[in-house]
Amino acid sequence: MRKVELASTQNNEPNPQALGSATSQQERAGVSLVTGAVGKPSKHESAVQHVSGSARYVDDLIEPANGLYAAVIRSPIAKGTLSKLDLSAVKASPGVVTVMTIDEVPGHKDIGPVFPGDPLMTSTEVKFFGQVLAVVAASTEMQARRAAQKAVIEFDPSAAGYNQPLLDPRKAVAKNSLVRPSHYMTLGDVDAAFAQSAQVLEAKQHVGGQEHFYLEGQVSLAMPTEEGGMLVYTSSQHPSEVQKLVAEVLDIPLNRVTVDMRRMGGGFGGKESQAAQWACLAALLADKTGRAVKLRLPRQDDMIMTGKRHPFANQYRIGIDAEGLIQAADIEVIGDCGNSPDLSDAIVDRAMFHADNAYFLPNARIAGHRALTNTVSHTAYRGFGGPQGMMIIERAMDDIARAVGKDPLDVRKLNLYGTDSVNPERSMTPYHQQVEFNYLPEIIEQLEDSSDYRARRTAIREYNKTSPILKKGLALTPIKFGISFTLQHLNQAGALIHIYTDGSIQVNHGGTEMGQGLHTKVGQIVAQTLGVKLESIQVTATRTDKVPNTSPTAASSGTDLNGKAAQNAALTLKQRLVEFLVAEKSTAENPLTAESIVMEDGMVSWGSSDDSNEPETMTFAELVQAAYVGRISLSSTGYYRTPKIWYDRDQAKGRPFFYFALGAAVSEVLVDTLTGEYKVTRVDILHDVGRSINPAIDRGQIEGGFIQGMGWLTTEELVWHEDGRLLSNNPATYKIPAIGDTPPVFNVELYEHANDEATVYNSKAVGEPPFMLAISVWSALRDAVSSLSDYTISPDLDAPATPERVLKAVMDVQRQLAETSLNQEAEL
Amino acid sequence: MIRFLLNDQIQEIEKLAPDLTILEYLRTVEVQRGTKEGCASGDCGACTVVIAEPSNVEGKLSYKSANSCITFVGSLHGKQLITVEHLKQGRQLHNTQQAMVDCHGSQCGFCTPGFVMSLFALQKNQSAASGQAVQSFDPANPVNPTQQRHQIELALGGNLCRCTGYRPIIDAAANVLSEARSDSFEGDQFDQQETNTWEQLMALRSEDPSSGSVSEASERHSSERHFFSPKSINELTGLLAKYPQARLVAGGTDLALEYTQMLKPLDVLVYTGSVAEMKTVSLNDASLTIGGAVSLSEAMPYIQQVLPEFANMMERFAALQVRNQGTMAGNVANASPIGDTPPVLLALDALLHVHSAEGKTVIPVNGFFTGYRQTTLPAGGVITEIEIPLNKTDWHRRVYKVSKRLEDDISAVLAAVMFKVEDGLIVDARLGFGGVAAVPLRVESAEQALIGQPATVDGIKAAQAELANTLKPLTDVRATAEYRLQLVQNLLTRAVLEYQQPEQAVTVSSEVSAHA
Repeated sequence: MRKVELASTQNNEPNPQALGSATSQQERAGVSLVTGAVGKPSKHESAVQHVSGSARYVDDLIEPANGLYAAVIRSPIAKGTLSKLDLSAVKASPGVVTVMTIDEVPGHKDIGPVFPGDPLMTSTEVKFFGQVLAVVAASTEMQARRAAQKAVIEFDPSAAGYNQPLLDPRKAVAKNSLVRPSHYMTLGDVDAAFAQSAQVLEAKQHVGGQEHFYLEGQVSLAMPTEEGGMLVYTSSQHPSEVQKLVAEVLDIPLNRVTVDMRRMGGGFGGKESQAAQWACLAALLADKTGRAVKLRLPRQDDMIMTGKRHPFANQYRIGIDAEGLIQAADIEVIGDCGNSPDLSDAIVDRAMFHADNAYFLPNARIAGHRALTNTVSHTAYRGFGGPQGMMIIERAMDDIARAVGKDPLDVRKLNLYGTDSVNPERSMTPYHQQVEFNYLPEIIEQLEDSSDYRARRTAIREYNKTSPILKKGLALTPIKFGISFTLQHLNQAGALIHIYTDGSIQVNHGGTEMGQGLHTKVGQIVAQTLGVKLESIQVTATRTDKVPNTSPTAASSGTDLNGKAAQNAALTLKQRLVEFLVAEKSTAENPLTAESIVMEDGMVSWGSSDDSNEPETMTFAELVQAAYVGRISLSSTGYYRTPKIWYDRDQAKGRPFFYFALGAAVSEVLVDTLTGEYKVTRVDILHDVGRSINPAIDRGQIEGGFIQGMGWLTTEELVWHEDGRLLSNNPATYKIPAIGDTPPVFNVELYEHANDEATVYNSKAVGEPPFMLAISVWSALRDAVSSLSDYTISPDLDAPATPERVLKAVMDVQRQLAETSLNQEAEL
Repeated sequence: MIRFLLNDQIQEIEKLAPDLTILEYLRTVEVQRGTKEGCASGDCGACTVVIAEPSNVEGKLSYKSANSCITFVGSLHGKQLITVEHLKQGRQLHNTQQAMVDCHGSQCGFCTPGFVMSLFALQKNQSAASGQAVQSFDPANPVNPTQQRHQIELALGGNLCRCTGYRPIIDAAANVLSEARSDSFEGDQFDQQETNTWEQLMALRSEDPSSGSVSEASERHSSERHFFSPKSINELTGLLAKYPQARLVAGGTDLALEYTQMLKPLDVLVYTGSVAEMKTVSLNDASLTIGGAVSLSEAMPYIQQVLPEFANMMERFAALQVRNQGTMAGNVANASPIGDTPPVLLALDALLHVHSAEGKTVIPVNGFFTGYRQTTLPAGGVITEIEIPLNKTDWHRRVYKVSKRLEDDISAVLAAVMFKVEDGLIVDARLGFGGVAAVPLRVESAEQALIGQPATVDGIKAAQAELANTLKPLTDVRATAEYRLQLVQNLLTRAVLEYQQPEQAVTVSSEVSAHA
């Protein structure tokens, strides 16, 4: 018989570490989850609405009568000083109600999320193509957009740097053009280790950025409220920040602003900091006109005006022994941050935290620079710099393999971090966090076997010998991804649960639903905790007036943080209900203990310790009804903060991550050496989600993350003109994966192992980590090209590896081979 | 007046902006917001709807998916517009919707209505063709998984999803198909209503002769704005003569971008889709003739029959929603240097039949393209037919499309390489290219360099050198000039390799399908 879970503290005195450990001790003590909502592949809470067209996104809300539509006027060049901004034709355009520039903003004019640098609009200096100059509101969307076309914009051609943007991050660093100071991490004695290395390798790489291409573009609807405040419906991963910035821009207290966010049509990081500008502009216009204002970016505006995944320029110098074991590593990563800091400090930090990926670098120096260039300010995107950091060490693994004549998989295995039992001394990261609970050797072993890696490797070598034009490539790459916001204070969350008198339950928490299934998982957690059916739970829109001061839904933390907060709220309510039942049902001769009460699947049962009697039962709804009559509060908040984490940035030492998510993937590709075209023909994945709260949702995150990562490294190419204009500014020129890109063989398995840290139901975060499994595709492409040299040459292949870049790599290898044979002939 | 069915409601519209798109109409006029705007350029499929119209079989409808963001409302006359809101019966999900739920096919859900509508069209077309399709399968293995996967990719290649990685959606589509194929499948409410709907649509069509044309007063000038649906070539050319500023709409899949992306008003539109004379395809031993208003989808089975290399490339022409609307005549008249059919038509020596108020002329495609988006099409002229001579049956014919993404992508280079070999030597050749100049280009000097040479890797060297010397491609967002120049030469190599060793796969797609 299951024991009741009891909250160990009052919810008003949050002691999350105690709460967290109480739960996990019970689970470690063997409370299995054979029954209940957690662990089931429940469908997405909105699945039926999605397929019916009844799921409402911000643009689908019926606009209030008399509402207005806004459009932005943007800079046509990337760098310059405005000499004229004539908006008279805009104002005179049919349907126009008002036009605003930065001069009319009553409060803060800069909305930089961490550091200043993001003016809401500019009427002086333009720092990037597409920067907002003004905003117009009209009676229809088309009227607003056509009016915006009529602005007369002129620049001073004699001003310094006119139309000569700085676009190269390496040049920017050389000129000390940085958005934030550089950061360095050091472990061991790097110079001494290089001196003792058998061989030293070095290489540079460029890793492209990535457009989020959420299917629903940026959108906000702002409605003035009677108390001089604002109600904002927005598609944002960070409602609390939108609330704060709208209040600051309007110069009113935060308590006058409410932000409502039911769902996003995709976020991927692109709506973490960069949804706020559009909400603020809509709110400004609404405040000025007293009318509701909707601002929705058309796709091309969205692609031009919002930041992307940072492009990175990386390089390494690595010393190895004769076997390919790394002795010393000197790694530099440069993030192309665009024109302002935005979130770039933390993003480049995360690239540095992942420049080791899964490998022990006994002596390491890692430098991270934050280049200031004249593009849109690059921002959060799934992985948050981690993927770009991993790319350099994964390139090095392949290069080492070619240098020592080994299968790249053997070099990767050789260099892995140690485990608790094997090579435990190989566990220190360059930032001085001990890697604990490293299951990667086991994961890789299992995947190597299930994917038939060795036999396929042999078959591919044979195929490549006899196939003149087509070449196959194969690669297995692992990931180790650190979980927690590296900005410590963000690792907290709140929740609010109401139980109504019919037993139905409303759950609200600080996380936002962007398709990742967060609300489904939180619903399952609350249902499990209270022992009710999942159907009894309704998770409602994220609202700043229900749960305040929330963190962005980002860093894969949504379920870890909000799930735990919701669980704590549910535990508080459960304790009240149990105490009530004990008080109600206990008699002097028959005392009822809390331990004998079972709440499961919407039923509550209790009985004496005498097993001969049938336990008494009632429904959860009946218990709730009785508790209400008994004057028990049926509403509670819950709170959680992540334990154990800290980071001393001055020392570059600490434990920034609560735990690591792990996984590995094997990809096989087929490459056409005449055109550089290729196809990913098979992918096998084994990924660690801890104990899965919802295996269907977790699988969806793994597959979706992988394909998105594959797009980043293959077809998704951002192209800027040398004058700073983004040329790949629509889906006709920027190609995310389509259905035919999904590999015909796509085997995805969950690695079953409960998280050793006390996370909610011992699950692991899953939003970002699988994205980086796609590095195996890039590595397999290099493997196929390398086959032209019988695996002696490790080709350069910048990302994204478009067919054009693959053909270039092919031709480079062919040229090197021709030169080598010419030299050999000359020697003869 | 135009009349159409919006789901099961008859709509009669007297006044209408000619450039109003179906998506705008649904979201702002009807306030039915299940249909989403993802890009407003026909590239993402979030706005997919299904348009049903009477087929050539009495009582039967044809169902085609379309991008509502780039399809004008005026083109709906006499048709049924089916949107995602209409699929449920009461609280009961349609089986395409249920399959998506069962397979976890939605995450953020924004692309989902579009996928559901593409799945709905797939199901309708599968059940219509099921008898025939099943026969071509191995009876011991009635569903060939590779063929089915290809069928699904063709149906859904124009729908982008950023969340799922597509695997669950592919599973949902497979469920829908196997259900539609099963003997116990009794059809849905649309099948049950099909005859009724057919009759309703025929009645909507048969009213007064001006039906299908609508106008509205212009905000900007005194004259009215019009959407005309002429019923004959004479009527059409008469309208073009009367309104010199008129724009022709066939599929409108490129024209609509002037409105949705550049926000230009389109004041007078003349729609070719109601001209019966332009809606026929004829095939005989000498030629394949495709009417100017025949959609690319409708033309494909005929092309497949006689020019399979052309048809295979056409599967990668945009995506199904666009092929269902767009026409070959539109692709030619649009004269984009990156259109996919012109290089092939150049290599095939195709002829354009052109009508205008002045009369009828025949213009060879070779010479038609005179400059960037400029042609010899006379003012007030319309391509009523494209005639493709079938005189190259004994030629080695190849059509190659190279793009960043396999599906729904514009070519970096399109190459039509065709040559005739006698006694080991090339005796005649055609080389048509897209993406290498301001116009679709036939390179006759390189063709000459092939003649008299053996069809071998060495034999084509002079032609490759000629291509490298003559072509001056551009560097743009899709490819560099160097890559394009290398591709045209390498694709010539590929064509002779395929000639010399037909059994050796030298393309990724042939290798993948050979081992699937």
